[in-house]
Amino acid sequence: MTRSELIEKIASQQSQLSTKDVELAVKLMIDHMAETLSSGERIEIRGFGSFSLHYREPRQGRNPKTGDSVALEGKHVPHFKPGKELRERVNRSLKAGF
Amino acid sequence: MSALTKSEMADKLFEELGLNKREAKELVEQFFEEIRICLENNEQVKLSGFGNFDLRDKRQRPGRNPKTGEAIPISARRVVTFRPGQKLKAKVEQVTELGGFDNA
Repeated sequence: MTRSELIEKIASQQSQLSTKDVELAVKLMIDHMAETLSSGERIEIRGFGSFSLHYREPRQGRNPKTGDSVALEGKHVPHFKPGKELRERVNRSLKAGF
Repeated sequence: MSALTKSEMADKLFEELGLNKREAKELVEQFFEEIRICLENNEQVKLSGFGNFDLRDKRQRPGRNPKTGEAIPISARRVVTFRPGQKLKAKVEQVTELGGFDNA
């Protein structure tokens, strides 16, 4: 499912809001989540999961083309930990055979 | 520092889009529920500007009870993994180490 398919799905269940409204809302929610992480704050959605940042130490990397050694700075990377309900529902689908 | 929750996400929809509080709350709930439904149908979710939620089937593997040291197999399972997109990765790279997770 892509972002636009998600918007269509939500809109099809809405009696009040137009597809355009849902599109704006989805954009706002995704931007809000991205902004939160880039300000160094966590996201915690009960039953879905939490997003946080993990730190990667500085290291020596290599330019894959030339083989030259390059110093890479430390950085943060996003990390997702699925919540209990999501874990259980996804795992149930495996047992149900699809 | 507190974490972002559904309630704050709904407040933002109320403030910036003028949805009423009930609509805003429902929309946030629907957003996450549609993603869960898709994943439980074993279908990947791709949110451009954020990242992809993928599914991986893990085979049974040997494990241990960390308390007793007793060997117990870890059953086969399906798990969700998140792969952040380029845009999100670029945005969070520069967060300083004192980003505020310790006191969350």
